Amino acid sequence: MYTLSLYEVKSGLLSKKFSSVEITKCFLERIEKYKNLNAFITVCPEQALESAKQSDQKIANGMAGEMEGIPLAIKDLYMTKGIRTTSGSKMLENFIAPYESTVTQKLLNAGSVFLGKTNMDEFAMGSANITSYFGKVVNPWSKDKPLVPGGSSGGSAAAVAGHLCVAATGSDTGGSIRQPAAFSGIVGIKPTYGRCSRYGMIALASSFDQAGPMTKTVRDAAIFLKVIAGYDEKDSTSVNEPVPDYESFVGKSINGMRIGIPKEFHMDGISDEVERSWQKGIDILKDAGAEIVDISLPYSKYSMAVYYIIQPAEASANLARFDGVRYGFRAEGAKSLDEMYEMTREQGFGDEVKRRILIGTYVLSAGYYDAYYSQALKVQKLIRQDLASAFEKVDAILTPTTPHSAFAFGEEPTDPVTMYLNDVLTVTANIAGLPGMSIPICLDKLGRPLGLQLLGPRFQEGRLFQIGEVIEKNANFPSLKEIN
Amino acid sequence: MSEEKYIKTATGKWEAVIGLEVHAQVISESKLFSSSSTKFGAAPNENVSFVDAALPGVLPVINSFCVDQAIKTGLGLNGAVNLVSRFDRKNYFYADLPQGYQISQYKYPIISGGYIDIEKSDGNIRRVNLERIHIEQDAGKSIHDQSPTKSFIDLNRAGITLMEIVTKPDMRSAEEVTIFLQKLRAILRYLKTCDGNMEEGSMRADVNVSIHRPDEEYGTRAEIKNVNSFKFIAAAIDFEIERQIGILESGGTVDQETRLFDTASGQTKVMRSKEDAQDYRYFPEPDLPPLTLTEERIEKIRKTIPELPDAKTARLQREFDLPHYDAALISAESETADYYEKALDSVNSPTKDFAKMLANWMLGELFSFLNKSGKNISESNISAENLAELVNLIKTDVISGKIAKEVLELMWDNGKSPAQVVEEKGLKQITSVEAIEEVAKQVLAENADKVTEYKSGKDKLFGFFVGQTMKKTEGKANPKILNEILRKLLEA
Repeated sequence: MYTLSLYEVKSGLLSKKFSSVEITKCFLERIEKYKNLNAFITVCPEQALESAKQSDQKIANGMAGEMEGIPLAIKDLYMTKGIRTTSGSKMLENFIAPYESTVTQKLLNAGSVFLGKTNMDEFAMGSANITSYFGKVVNPWSKDKPLVPGGSSGGSAAAVAGHLCVAATGSDTGGSIRQPAAFSGIVGIKPTYGRCSRYGMIALASSFDQAGPMTKTVRDAAIFLKVIAGYDEKDSTSVNEPVPDYESFVGKSINGMRIGIPKEFHMDGISDEVERSWQKGIDILKDAGAEIVDISLPYSKYSMAVYYIIQPAEASANLARFDGVRYGFRAEGAKSLDEMYEMTREQGFGDEVKRRILIGTYVLSAGYYDAYYSQALKVQKLIRQDLASAFEKVDAILTPTTPHSAFAFGEEPTDPVTMYLNDVLTVTANIAGLPGMSIPICLDKLGRPLGLQLLGPRFQEGRLFQIGEVIEKNANFPSLKEIN
Repeated sequence: MSEEKYIKTATGKWEAVIGLEVHAQVISESKLFSSSSTKFGAAPNENVSFVDAALPGVLPVINSFCVDQAIKTGLGLNGAVNLVSRFDRKNYFYADLPQGYQISQYKYPIISGGYIDIEKSDGNIRRVNLERIHIEQDAGKSIHDQSPTKSFIDLNRAGITLMEIVTKPDMRSAEEVTIFLQKLRAILRYLKTCDGNMEEGSMRADVNVSIHRPDEEYGTRAEIKNVNSFKFIAAAIDFEIERQIGILESGGTVDQETRLFDTASGQTKVMRSKEDAQDYRYFPEPDLPPLTLTEERIEKIRKTIPELPDAKTARLQREFDLPHYDAALISAESETADYYEKALDSVNSPTKDFAKMLANWMLGELFSFLNKSGKNISESNISAENLAELVNLIKTDVISGKIAKEVLELMWDNGKSPAQVVEEKGLKQITSVEAIEEVAKQVLAENADKVTEYKSGKDKLFGFFVGQTMKKTEGKANPKILNEILRKLLEA
């Protein structure tokens, strides 16, 4: 039962093959059984069972919502009313959210059941889920040695891949949905910037952050995104654009579609196996009748530089509110206000967070602003233009999601810059505000999952589902059946 | 004339150069980025939403009424409304700044330029140009005097909309600054975009002062932060000018620094030196798209702008031949102007004479009652309609001006209409020729000796006869008729 897709669980519940309480219990047991994965920071069994009971009632009464009774895991940066919400930080270790985020509210309105809050890199800063105050998350694909699940939505990725839930929310600022999805052999989509409301998501970089589903199949992602997408007057950056029935794109032919292959993405550091997986995807699309077009995105090579200026800059301001004054952690023993700030932030934040606050503060400082931040904004425009002109020639772009497969703990890059390169293929979508989706393609020689990334024009998520499903159908990816 | 703006000392002439940054709280029911109430005097932290307290995950949503208020202010101050402006984050840590940054407008303000013409006491007009007006959120309040070991934070004010009105360095003395601020305050009150209430902190100013020799470049300025009364602003400027002259004349240099005005000592003191100047690390607010406005919206707001003091003064002079001084005084505050115009409106097609007499009675008699009682004109015991009626009674010879003063006093005391007072107290003027003639004859008969003196050429005695007759009628005789009758009787 636990390996079923969201789509399958939905029809199982509606045809009363099993109840929401049954499947919820099954996942709660699995969460307990595999707690060594450390995928969850907080599990809410009573709440989940209560809400599953209500869902069963609704289903019985023919009042089922679009995701009625479906057990989900929620990344721990979504504010969930009455439930602890930590963003993976000591700063919010005991913080109970007093309101509900728009995305989770929409999921609740659709009838879904929340199993708990998933582990994540602290304040979503990381690509391996090793910066969480609540400990590392283990990739369920691990065999002989424990692998990272990717990050920052590592807990959600592990929970979906390890069948500890049907699907999960992630959030993606530079690749935080797609990269862990690729590392964990699942589907993850970062929608167009403004497609989902950011209200109630603890911000990393406000101009890049987007909510998105992490699911077992492309169709699941389509069903899920339809529920959480839409304009929200509480988020002025959300866009008032109708939400199409994404599921209707799934299964449509891609005959005649033009797929761009950007030459700049054949870069150093991309493993041969990843190159081969890319070719596999190209062949699948060609066989399905798509036209493969070589394109160039000349400015994409600056994506990382742009990203690692704008993102820490915004983060440095977004994290200023964690000062120990009103809520969250406050260090004891300070003798002045400044000392309280220093001690609280010194003790409350982990190293990666401090590093990015320092970088962000530096690039915004008088005398450096023009050299860094202001330049980054200019290059961001050029990257957007690059992609805009690319999408005049092609309907979508296909690239690998990550330069390599998941690495083992202890084998991670020791210097932060190499670690940041995990996002090299994904950040472009965030910088340009475009939708990007990762679909599992194959396993490498070590038996670790690899993913391919589809990029589309603004608000063309439907097209990504359409193409993604063709890849999914033909890739014969050997999804994880059980955790070792 | 131009000589007067210089300050003369033993070493020669100095000129002060002063610019202001005025923070004016926008009149609005709710805050700039949240729906919390802005009501003054609420219990601490009563008007605080999750947005105001900067909880994780919250987002600002612009209050479009506050934007309209800023547009209205910009138009009222002759500024240009920018169709695209932008919000920025101004980063600094303080306990009463929940976000750790203030959302403000840095590079692209909503209003550019503008000016106010001020009239100095010598009648000269000086134009003070505005650099810009931008909108931003206020911080909360730190309270340090409630406990020896703790500070308290009240976030009721956090997030309330402020307009920062920045002038060019166009003022030269504390007098000019005071007149500028009074006029600015009056215009904002006319526009109903700021109540100008300095006690409640609705208007505060940062003052930039420098001095230089008239033929040299501007000097280094000191900024005096957050002064909150006209009196203190003038005192701070005068102190600062003297301080800087003292430094320069003794061979020193003025430091670019931020200073605070200490109301107890009347002195300014260093708050922050240039080296300690904060780096606010402004950058575009990513939670808000650029603020874009349409011409239609601006034109709609333009239509709501009332006649402002300068235009009103000119019109009162033109339409009613009011002296400039009176017209300007009436127009200086919206309440005074409202009162005057309400009084005018209460009579059918007021004549110039009526308007002038009304102005005199209002600015003279009524103002003195208000001053004595410490009341604002909007709290006056005498309604505008009643004052107009009083003036009308004089104009139509129902009562004399002298009696009118008595009537006004009774009106002030009991709030009754002038007609009522006149009726009740029997103060109606006597206009019957026969009645007055009878009394006049009586007076002349009782003062036969004086009549003889008068006839032998002592003209001045005429006044005596008028006075005596008036006395006998208890002041109610119509003076014009009385004069005519006396003259007729004496010349007979």
